[in-house]
Amino acid sequence: MTATRTSLKNLKGENAAIYAKAKKAMPKAPRLTKEQADAFGRELDALREGVLASRGAADAAYIRRIIALQRKLEVAGRATIYAGIVFPPALVVGSLTLGAAKILDNMEVGHNIMHGQWDWMRDPVIHSSKWDWDTAAPADQWKHSHNVEHHTWTNVVGMDKDVGYGILRMTEQEPWQPRHLLNPLNNALLATFFQYGVGVHDTGIAEVRSLKGLRKLSPANKAKLKAVWNKVKKQSLKDYVLFPALAGPFFAPVLAANIGANLTRNLWTYMIIFCGHFPDGVEQFTAESVKNESRGQWYLRQLLGSANIKGGKALHLASGHLSFQIEHHLFPDLPSNRYPALSKEVQKICAKYGLPYNSASLARQFGTTLKRVVKLGLPTKQDLKRTFAAAMA
Amino acid sequence: MQPQSQAGPRTLLSRFTALTDAFAYPLRTSHYLELVNPLWTTHALQAKVVSVWDETADARTITLKPGRNWRSHRPGQHLRVGVPIGGMHYTRTYSISSAPESEDETFTITVKAIGGGRMSHHLVRNIKPGDYLPIGVPQGDFYLPDANPVEPLFISAGSGITPIMSMLRSMVAQERLPHVTHIHYAPHTYDVIFGQELQALAAKHPRYQLHLIYTREPGETASQKRHFNPEILNSLCPDWGTRDTWACGPQGLLDTVEAHWHQAGVARQLRTERFRAQVAAAPKEVTAGTVRFTASGVTAASDGVINLLRLAEDQGLNPPHGCRMGICHGCDAKLTAGCVRDLRTNALLNEPGAIVQICVCAAAGDAELEV
Ligand code: FES
Repeated sequence: MTATRTSLKNLKGENAAIYAKAKKAMPKAPRLTKEQADAFGRELDALREGVLASRGAADAAYIRRIIALQRKLEVAGRATIYAGIVFPPALVVGSLTLGAAKILDNMEVGHNIMHGQWDWMRDPVIHSSKWDWDTAAPADQWKHSHNVEHHTWTNVVGMDKDVGYGILRMTEQEPWQPRHLLNPLNNALLATFFQYGVGVHDTGIAEVRSLKGLRKLSPANKAKLKAVWNKVKKQSLKDYVLFPALAGPFFAPVLAANIGANLTRNLWTYMIIFCGHFPDGVEQFTAESVKNESRGQWYLRQLLGSANIKGGKALHLASGHLSFQIEHHLFPDLPSNRYPALSKEVQKICAKYGLPYNSASLARQFGTTLKRVVKLGLPTKQDLKRTFAAAMA
Repeated sequence: MQPQSQAGPRTLLSRFTALTDAFAYPLRTSHYLELVNPLWTTHALQAKVVSVWDETADARTITLKPGRNWRSHRPGQHLRVGVPIGGMHYTRTYSISSAPESEDETFTITVKAIGGGRMSHHLVRNIKPGDYLPIGVPQGDFYLPDANPVEPLFISAGSGITPIMSMLRSMVAQERLPHVTHIHYAPHTYDVIFGQELQALAAKHPRYQLHLIYTREPGETASQKRHFNPEILNSLCPDWGTRDTWACGPQGLLDTVEAHWHQAGVARQLRTERFRAQVAAAPKEVTAGTVRFTASGVTAASDGVINLLRLAEDQGLNPPHGCRMGICHGCDAKLTAGCVRDLRTNALLNEPGAIVQICVCAAAGDAELEV
């Protein structure tokens, strides 16, 4: 985080001018005065309190049911993969089922439990401080990069590493460089290996551009990388050695099915998460703009910086209710099963204050996200001139 | 307390589960076994409610079958029981009322619904066979020693009978019941938990001397007189000063008993079991108080308004935290005693063991946190 932040702060000459211009060009949503923002915040606070007061046995039963469903789905998926030894099409079905189980584990179960959405139950097991999930990111590191950095500094360029994950150019605020031509390729790689991208998110490795930089990585970050590596080892042992080995001579097909399951999970989670903050109409912010932000203004930024995906119940479950990204960012620690109902109330409040509420189909949200990836990978005329001039000098 | 002979297969089993755990990573085999039978789990100890039995109008005995990681108790010990009410776990401590010598690997707790006790009411009224409750393992040093006490004296009142009952049952089961004097207090005849069993025991074993005292039964003596006092003690058990004594009951009784034994210089022969008031009072108004950060051993004065994170930092502590605005849960800490107020909602939290976001909570009166 620090690396990016200082690099944006220390911009000189023409780069600084670009930064200033990009800042000005940022979409202007209808702003609220501080008083209005605070009134807006109070209404959201009231919504929040309503849910806090009404959480109960039905909610607890919901998360327990989903956890059990996730585990059964996983067992079923792996069993079906083995059935694929005698009946090959089952390999595909099993692989997709296992992928779905992993998606459920990562999204509706892991992500939401580690947000503390279910801590109120005081269950000794289902608790943000105890939970771990089937993905490369160690729980404690993820809770820092995600809950602290991303949720506090949502879409603040230079402070929220989710803006581009350190390898993509996802904001005009970042001056274009020739390496950004690789944006589409890097994007495809990130999607394919998404669990590892998220895995090393908190280690500062994404900002490292050279071997020397790697050696200079802080001891804390090196320790974090080591923890990621330990987890990756155990996960790989499970999916790529132990379970395939159980199939004896049919090692290869089971391995392929397991790789397929992880790939399914990677692509899906990547898509859902990128649809949260990059579709057209989502705003980005500058470090200056969030100085002395009030609670109401924080709420406002969460609203303007997030986008929802319209869809049915299955989509909401499979996205861990991140299809209600706006509600999730307004109320990150409220139980996810409450987001659909909250969404209706939030929309009413937004309408009252004349605020946009970015909600559209998956095709539209993901389409405009991909457009952004491509567009920001390409230089504008000025970018070209500047790069050329710099090269000549 | 497992017999030595079990060590062999145990290690084999644990080696096997270490292997299957690698298949279940990052979960454990136990998480999947739970789908089949919650009692097979090792990652969290649970017990199944086998049966319930009403002892009196407001006391119920619950027979529990514990899961795999259970170890047998010593007569007199207690355990922690979690009960979900409204989706939330409440944890309370209860004495085990059965003897360890049980054939069907079950044990019992006997719970009395106390005024305002949310959890005891729930246990007494709503728990039904087939429910699962999270439990802890048996704890506490209020138990019968392996060497039989020569002439023990038991003093109990109300539901304080439960650990004593476990002791009596165990001595009977082992056929080693010595000369026992037992003084038990209850408000009325019909309030005596295990009343019939105690009477039957006294009828069968002359060595067991039971004295039931009813504190609220209409009669010639004023009810105050009937509470524990030295005269009664001297008349019922003149040689009390030489006996090993176990006492369990409400705070008032135990305070009096302890003072009396202390005065006589025989405090060493007295063992008491007291369950501290388990939930702190929740003050309605903003209340100043003292906050103890237990992990660092630091104490600080709170005005009831300052958030606990700031308070800790003002003392030179540096608790982990992130956003400082109640979003990230980076500052979560365990409340071990007392009461705190959520500054956003004014909600009060006084459940020991509750997790508190210290950046948005202030102490409500005294509080103790694991920081
Ligand atoms: S520091 Fe983030 S919730 Fe307290």
